[in-house]
Amino acid sequence: MSFIVEAEIIHNHKVAEGCYSLAFRAPEIAESAQPGQFVHLRCSRTFDPLLRRPLGIQGIDRRDGLVKVLYQVVGKGTGLLSGFEPGSRVNVLGPLGCGFTLPAGARRVALIAGGLGIAPLCFLYETLAEQRIEAVVFHGVRSAGQALAPDLLPPVADRVLMAADDGSLGYHGSVVKLFETYAGQEPFDFFFAAGPSPMLRALSIVAKEYHLPGEVSLEERMGCGIGACLCCNCRTRGEDGWRYSRVCADGPVFPVEEVVWP
Amino acid sequence: MINTAVELAGIKLKNPVLTASGTFGYGYEYARFFDLSRLGALVVKTLTLEPRKGNPPPRITETPCGMLNAVGLENPGAERFIREILPGLKQYPVPLIVSIAGCSVEEYATMARLMTSAGSIDALEVNISCPNVKAGGIAFGTVPEMAAEVIRVVRLNTDLPIIAKLTPNVTDIAGIAVVVVEAGADAVSLINTVTGMVIDIERRRPVLANQVGGLSGPAIRPIAIRAVWQVYRAVKVPIIGMGGIMEARDAIEFMLAGARAVAVGTANLVNPLAADNVVRGIEEYLASHGISDVNELVGAAHGKED
Ligand SMILES: Cc1cc2nc3c(=O)[nH]c(=O)nc-3n(C[C@H](O)[C@H](O)[C@H](O)COP(=O)(O)OP(=O)(O)OC[C@H]3O[C@@H](n4cnc5c(N)ncnc54)[C@H](O)[C@@H]3O)c2cc1C
Ligand SMILES: Cc1cc2nc3c(=O)[nH]c(=O)nc-3n(C[C@H](O)[C@H](O)[C@H](O)COP(=O)(O)O)c2cc1C
Ligand code: FES
Repeated sequence: MSFIVEAEIIHNHKVAEGCYSLAFRAPEIAESAQPGQFVHLRCSRTFDPLLRRPLGIQGIDRRDGLVKVLYQVVGKGTGLLSGFEPGSRVNVLGPLGCGFTLPAGARRVALIAGGLGIAPLCFLYETLAEQRIEAVVFHGVRSAGQALAPDLLPPVADRVLMAADDGSLGYHGSVVKLFETYAGQEPFDFFFAAGPSPMLRALSIVAKEYHLPGEVSLEERMGCGIGACLCCNCRTRGEDGWRYSRVCADGPVFPVEEVVWP
Repeated sequence: MINTAVELAGIKLKNPVLTASGTFGYGYEYARFFDLSRLGALVVKTLTLEPRKGNPPPRITETPCGMLNAVGLENPGAERFIREILPGLKQYPVPLIVSIAGCSVEEYATMARLMTSAGSIDALEVNISCPNVKAGGIAFGTVPEMAAEVIRVVRLNTDLPIIAKLTPNVTDIAGIAVVVVEAGADAVSLINTVTGMVIDIERRRPVLANQVGGLSGPAIRPIAIRAVWQVYRAVKVPIIGMGGIMEARDAIEFMLAGARAVAVGTANLVNPLAADNVVRGIEEYLASHGISDVNELVGAAHGKED
């Protein structure tokens, strides 16, 4: 079930370089959201920009009916969103998409995030913790300025290994390389990943090498967000080799072995 | 009592609000947001004989107050539609209009036959924006003779009402409307998307994988209003107007220009409740303006002539 909510903004402030935390009240969405699902937000009351913007759900507070997202200001839509004041309203459609699936019997999993791919993995971490599944988080950023303060990621904070492309924090290099140094030594049953497509692609190669099954959350430009317009296609395995799936409705989370990388 | 019903090519619609092909899926995606029987009719995504994968990503990009799409007629093909999707569509108590396309005149003929024999379809919308493979990929709808030929063969292969969907990417849309009506179209719908392009100045490449796409949304509304206005003066058959209808005021503008019915397209992507809101908004407009029959709006902006 998905809802359209004129949600009251609880907070919307900068938490790192170009990165904002937004919380809004949408009890219907908070009630039913699952890790890996996303919300589709209108960033303007006008028709410019026209389309909604998809953002992964970072966490929910069922008691207060709150939903949290983390977003990077990259263009017009997110730029306008960063100006929304607490107390004002944002039009939200959600929760949307198919989230992560917990593998039966998994005891120890790796969560691998590139940039704000950390958002949906925070939500997943909480769920894993409730089920007493051990999770190690690998988080890659471009530079230390983009790292989030530990208190922003309460559930993840104590188990996170950082990598920065420029060496300003943690491991010097990509998060996939960081993960690779662990994958050889520590037994993981499964992995979950979210981030830019090139990172996920590199990760899929590493995972294959270690015979590690997992799920990835993909990003594509979206129209409707509900499976109707066919604007958000990605390649997945299918009858004659591959077929197009809809990131918004068949995903955004896909089993890694199903994705046919561009 | 206010009358909102209109008649379109022999089908009685409880109100003039339709969905634009390709923006409303096969209906069920929206059925979880509102009762589809609120609509005048449901127009589904264009179908072709064989399944089509469509274009590679990215398929969309935004422009000021608009969007460009190059989905490329992705669809499951006629057979799977009839077997797997049509039975579910029948459950909605709303007239069903199926959009068909082909890359050859024969394919249009086969599609018309298949959809007619499938039953429970109220009308065919013939999307003539599809490129003709035999004529080197020129869209059928851009050449009057080719457009008329398609409608003529569809006419020979169906007894369902035919709606010809016209493209605005021509010099004289009214001229195309005239020939498709002569060829047997019972109604015309317009406009399809306006061809356009966006280039990424960092990558120095077109944004869309298909390079060009179709512009839709509020940005094209004045083009669509002008097209409806011209076609209204050229043909007697009912017109379904579309292009950037976001709310009831836009729908009413189309009706005043000459549209008997309207279709909500891109607005469905922005707000899943858009079509239902347009239905309600038209009712409110009629009530607040003391108009007892929605048909009074049709073409009213043309005034009394002769
Ligand atoms: C399922 C999903 C979850 C996401 N979760 C997050 C998140 O938690 N935090 C976050 O910061 N970002 C997330 N993104 C990316 C986010 O949607 C884009 O950064 C945002 O849409 C950019 O909008 P803009 O107007 O600021 O940028 P512009 O570049 O001006 O946008 C132009 C158009 O491209 C689209 N677009 C641009 N970048 C992306 C992208 N990476 N993915 C999809 N569409 C894009 C926009 O929606 C818009 O239609 C997610 C994307 C998807 C598909
Ligand atoms: C994503 C998308 C897909 C579309 N697919 C089709 C299609 O399959 N067949 C068709 O006849 N028109 C298609 N159209 C065109 C619309 O039906 C409509 O004619 C056009 O978008 C103008 O209306 P609008 O501005 O309200 O969207 C599509 C439009 C969009 C935005
Ligand atoms: S965004 Fe419309 S189908 Fe995915």
